[in-house]
Amino acid sequence: MNDKRLQPVPTAGTPITEADLHGYADGQLPAARHAEVAAFLAAHPQDQTRVDDWQAQRRALRAMLDPVLDEPLPLRLPLKAPARVWPWRALAASVAVAVVSASAAWVARGAMDARHLQTVLAAAGADRAAASYAQRAAIAHAVYAPDMGRPVEVGADNEKGLVTWLTKRMGEPMRAPSLSQAGYALIGGRLLPGGAGPVAQFMYGAADGQRLTLYVTREAAGGQNAFQFTQEGPVRVFYWVEGGLGYALSGAVSRDELQRVSQEVYRQLQGEGQG
Amino acid sequence: MRAEDEARILACIPSLRRYARGLTGDPDRADDLVQDTLERAWSRYSRWQRRGELRAWMFGIMHNHFIDGVRAAGRRTDVTVPGDLPDAPVRATQADQLEVRDLDRCLQALPAEQREILLLIAVEDLTYQETAQILSVPIGTVMSRLSRAREKLGALMQGRDAGRRLRPVPTPREMP
Repeated sequence: MNDKRLQPVPTAGTPITEADLHGYADGQLPAARHAEVAAFLAAHPQDQTRVDDWQAQRRALRAMLDPVLDEPLPLRLPLKAPARVWPWRALAASVAVAVVSASAAWVARGAMDARHLQTVLAAAGADRAAASYAQRAAIAHAVYAPDMGRPVEVGADNEKGLVTWLTKRMGEPMRAPSLSQAGYALIGGRLLPGGAGPVAQFMYGAADGQRLTLYVTREAAGGQNAFQFTQEGPVRVFYWVEGGLGYALSGAVSRDELQRVSQEVYRQLQGEGQG
Repeated sequence: MRAEDEARILACIPSLRRYARGLTGDPDRADDLVQDTLERAWSRYSRWQRRGELRAWMFGIMHNHFIDGVRAAGRRTDVTVPGDLPDAPVRATQADQLEVRDLDRCLQALPAEQREILLLIAVEDLTYQETAQILSVPIGTVMSRLSRAREKLGALMQGRDAGRRLRPVPTPREMP
């Protein structure tokens, strides 16, 4: 479909088609073809009448609908991105402002350049243990996410059983965040061997087949309570520590996309901790 | 999100509202659609990643919401054929407004997929190619739906004219 030749409007010199007549009425023909169609219409008054009618429809529709353009926007329309929870905000503010003078500008206007902040945080020093579980999370993702046949041990159709089982094995309350609002449905989960004891892995899938995995481990206690980023080949990972558990969200998606979902996961897990 | 990107999304809102008004024929339902579209656009913005024109991307989101709504409604939207409408009192001074109302009724009487195509092309000035991408259909389908939409809208408008000629509504002067 990207090939221009596949467009229904033939090139100059070929017979005039109905698609050409529409293209003419809509002003979508190249100049040479437009002239050919004009010559054709001059000799075919019936077709000229059809084209005139279509153009009259265009004008009538626009006359009816254009006034909407000038209406004031209703208050209920969201005119900016919804405010998000920035888990690193408290921690980052002191570090970032000190390190990067330019950051004062965006802190002042209340909008954070998260990518910039990530760099700053990474420079501030990553927690070694956390970095190693993040790496294991990326590897686990690379192993299981492409598996079409059996990506998980327990499927989302038995989410309750999955959560009960993982909670028991992990010795900590487990929960699979609901990411449907973010565009990912729970596929299921499995238990994996980690650096120190078992690890839970939840897998999510988007409509386009893209998969994300959430890796939950107990081995990161005491790690830095901030979002950190790492990459292993095509797999990007955001990881953080919250309530004695280390979390890593992995996926072969853009960093922005992964960050967006990570914030949602964080928000939900934190919400649970408070509630 | 950069301020410049926010501004580009905001700049799309007037034409999204115009398109939604044409699709639904109802200001409230139109703004519901715009609201859903914007919420999705803000949350999915990172997914757009500058593939193609932003406006087309947002029309694509609106298309999905609109079609979901059409399906959910189970087509219980009463589609009134203009010929079946009760006679509205016609006076010369109201002719212009009536004209617009009739056009809107005829537009709403088109099948949803024809209405979308006609509005995207004739009002929003999107190319056939962009329209095909927005609606996720082959370009040949765009052309055939466009053709049918124009034919049907023309026939509906003519039917309205014919109906008016056949059943003239008496003006006060003509009343006994």
